[in-house]
Amino acid sequence: MKLEIRDTPGQLVAALKPISDLGGNIKSVIHERDPFNDTGFLDVRILLEMPEGKIRTLTDSLKSQGVNVLRINEERFLIRKSVILIGHLLHTDLSDTVDKIDSTGFAEVGELAMIMPSINEPTSAKMTIISENLGNLEEAMNLLKDIAEDKKILVIEPLEEF
Amino acid sequence: MKIAILGFGSVGRGIAQIVAERDTGLVITAVADSKSGCIDNNGIDPLELINRKEETGLCGEKGITAEYIIENAEYDALVEVTPTNAETAEPSLGYIRLALSRGRNVVTSNKGPIAKNYAELKDLADKNGVRLKYEATVCGAIPIIHTLQYGLAGNKVKRLYGVFNGTCNYILTRMADEKLTYKEALLEARELGYAEADPTYDVEGIDAAIKLVILANAIFGMNKKIEDVEITGINSLTSQALELAEEDELTIRLIGEINNEKGILKVSPRVIPKNHTLVVQDTLNAVTIDTDLAGEITLIGKGAGSIETASAIISDLLFISNCHDGSP
Repeated sequence: MKLEIRDTPGQLVAALKPISDLGGNIKSVIHERDPFNDTGFLDVRILLEMPEGKIRTLTDSLKSQGVNVLRINEERFLIRKSVILIGHLLHTDLSDTVDKIDSTGFAEVGELAMIMPSINEPTSAKMTIISENLGNLEEAMNLLKDIAEDKKILVIEPLEEF
Repeated sequence: MKIAILGFGSVGRGIAQIVAERDTGLVITAVADSKSGCIDNNGIDPLELINRKEETGLCGEKGITAEYIIENAEYDALVEVTPTNAETAEPSLGYIRLALSRGRNVVTSNKGPIAKNYAELKDLADKNGVRLKYEATVCGAIPIIHTLQYGLAGNKVKRLYGVFNGTCNYILTRMADEKLTYKEALLEARELGYAEADPTYDVEGIDAAIKLVILANAIFGMNKKIEDVEITGINSLTSQALELAEEDELTIRLIGEINNEKGILKVSPRVIPKNHTLVVQDTLNAVTIDTDLAGEITLIGKGAGSIETASAIISDLLFISNCHDGSP
């Protein structure tokens, strides 16, 4: 989201505090000082993760701090599920596996960590799929399971949602 | 209450030992192993029986068979602890049918007949006004059947899940703790006697699936077969998979799950937080029962072992003798 804050000491911290208070996670802050801007305000762009439905509370809280919310790009991809995959991931075209999930438009592969012991041994990987809601995440998981069945990859799912 | 024991291996001897040492009110009147048998309607000295078996390898005289005992001995409850055959369930199934038809209570540790023929056997028991008890078939010493039938009576079980196989749990514990490969951990389990020479039933998840089928049919009144369980074993797990889980304070366990709401019946390795209640060590079993009234209840204990299995058998026998006077 893009904010307009007063160019005085302490204002940036005041703008960030409500985010963490509401359980949000700040991913990046871009703070642009324009030398030709003498309005006494600064533009700040913040990338953050927030629990669903908390955005309205956040904007209200920011307004009460005297922070002007200029723009909010709709939040996306907040729910994540990590699975462990075992199999010949590379020989079965890993980028195709990832592409198939990314191209759904409602879910994507957020993280992928792999350990390859040696050639011909199965590779183990941790894959995190992120999506905007639980229904889409489940659908992406089912897609992954179908792909895995075709490619003879074992998918180890979490016992609980976490 | 008079009991006849079929099968005099480690579990059978464990039962005799408990009868000898404790005041249970149980009297052994007949015993059969695969080669011999003996009957004394006035009661057999359990210690003498154990000694005879140890010295001669036989519990009685050749020629006295299990069938003969079922039909001729004087007993209130048949204790059926012969080796399990998961495919045909025989000869155990035939023994149980015969005893129930004679109007005798039956207590068994045999998974085969309970997983395959529960509905038929229960019917037969009801028709003859006797009890069929099978606590020892699921999770050894843990009183899971009793808890579900009596302790949680009136509750609706939404979901039941946990660690049903001690061998797999041992292998996974060792892979995670000592960074062993699957093969190394399996070899160790074999050396310690936790895994059979042919570990297929355990590591491929079949043993856990049979236990789920027993619970599904006997407790939840479903009509499931082993083929209805979605089964994935632990035999293709890598130590690298456990390493990746470890990075996030997670580990992997073989979990059996019955979810009545979602219609799930499956056994599969699952990623689970290391501090989760179900992450038990070594050969332990652990089951969580999620109910509508009582919330979640978790039982943890020994899932195998001769004295542990004998404990479940004795508890079934005493339930029959306390609640039903033992008389058929």
